[in-house]
Amino acid sequence: MFRNQYDTDVTTWSPAGRLFQVEYAMEAVKQSSAAIGLRSKTHVVLACVNKASSELSSHQKKIFKVDDHIGVAIAGLTADGHVLSRYMRNECINYNFTYESPLPVGRLVVQLADKAQVCTQRSWKRSYGVGVLVAGLDESGAHLYYNCPSGNYFEYQAFAIGSRWQAAMTYLERRFENFMDSSREDLIKDALISVRETLQEEKLQISVCTVAVVGVGEPFHILDQETVRKLIDTFEIVREDGSPAPEPGDAAPDLGEAAPAAAAEEGAAPMDI
Amino acid sequence: MTKQQANWSPYDNNGGSCVAIAGADYCVIAADTRMSTGYNILTRDYSKITKLADKCVMASSGFQADVKALQKLLAARHLIYQHQHNKQMGCPAMAQLLSNTLYYKRFFPYYSFNVLGGLDNEGKGCVYTYDAVGSYERVGYSSQGSGSTLIMPFLDNQLKSPSPLLLPVQDAITPLSESEAVDLVKTVFASATERDIYTGDKLEIVVLNAEGIQREFMDLRKD
Repeated sequence: MFRNQYDTDVTTWSPAGRLFQVEYAMEAVKQSSAAIGLRSKTHVVLACVNKASSELSSHQKKIFKVDDHIGVAIAGLTADGHVLSRYMRNECINYNFTYESPLPVGRLVVQLADKAQVCTQRSWKRSYGVGVLVAGLDESGAHLYYNCPSGNYFEYQAFAIGSRWQAAMTYLERRFENFMDSSREDLIKDALISVRETLQEEKLQISVCTVAVVGVGEPFHILDQETVRKLIDTFEIVREDGSPAPEPGDAAPDLGEAAPAAAAEEGAAPMDI
Repeated sequence: MTKQQANWSPYDNNGGSCVAIAGADYCVIAADTRMSTGYNILTRDYSKITKLADKCVMASSGFQADVKALQKLLAARHLIYQHQHNKQMGCPAMAQLLSNTLYYKRFFPYYSFNVLGGLDNEGKGCVYTYDAVGSYERVGYSSQGSGSTLIMPFLDNQLKSPSPLLLPVQDAITPLSESEAVDLVKTVFASATERDIYTGDKLEIVVLNAEGIQREFMDLRKD
């Protein structure tokens, strides 16, 4: 994207009907380290790449537990994500207090989306610079939603956000039809492989990735490093020659062409990434 | 012109008694399960005890609607604490939170007489006793509720150290073993049930120790 005369305020439309400030917020999501979500009928898995700014510092926290049945992974301005997580936690607590039952995931994402929309229509505010993958379980089953800085949200079978999301999406698009009936272990394995796709040259190690699961009978929790390390080793995801490990249920790995990046040129406003 | 009197009270007393006793490495919290209003019994099977955190249990008698509201509030606050601190609340922390929560409604109080029991940060038993507006104190044992006037003197007789002025304040722990403390609680409630009409039906005993939380029930007189 290039600078133009319509991009100073969030309250200024461009002649093509775009709000550039909001689109810049979505750029912030694309530039950050990746986060991936997948779901089956009974489980939802979130995985993310944890980049530390230097070897001396700790990793940024990108996965947050919102309630026993809901967790989120964020990509973008982590500080914004922290604030939104606190909001979501409060909403869950208040709903539970009033109705003595867990907040349905679909309700939470609508509230989150409306909160994001407010920032796109106030001259003294800026959009939240964070994309939120919401993984949750409620009476209607397992859900994965993506909440955009623009205030849009969609439900997904699997989704990837952040840098090199296209690489993960290529893999997910190839495999998503199997996810609904996947076992918990296969789902986690697919998540780890997707993370590996976004890393390209780097080795998939426990130091760079975090995995969280929520499922039927399983409250949302982040898998501890030991468990993740064992999974990575068991699945032999990383190989010395760089070729991808055998995918769950596949005969031979099929290296398809990477899907072209979403058009950010002139044309339809990329309001849904 | 005489002063106007209220023709309606927001409060009701649902009766019942609560007791807690702290040991060296355990804590016993007990309450009867009778819920009454006036001279009537609403139910014989209502728990006045709630777990607030892994190492903290509260028993409350008084107006059960206020008790329920108080329990829900504390549970929500505990969730927030867990999100922020990544760990459970300890008993002393919960004790202070309860006090502050009660005082917050100093001018429209929770009609709730509470006794908090659990394990402190060193794993020793602790009991905190409250009035309706949050004044609290850590003690070795306590009772609240309609039977407390009958129970407390007996506990003093059995548990109070002979010279409290000489003993350090920290030694607020009974020398009894866990099973002895549970037996004492059963004895105490059996006696209170005889003379207090609001106490009876069933006794719920919760024991907190290093292994976790155990729950036990004992029948009491139903008249």
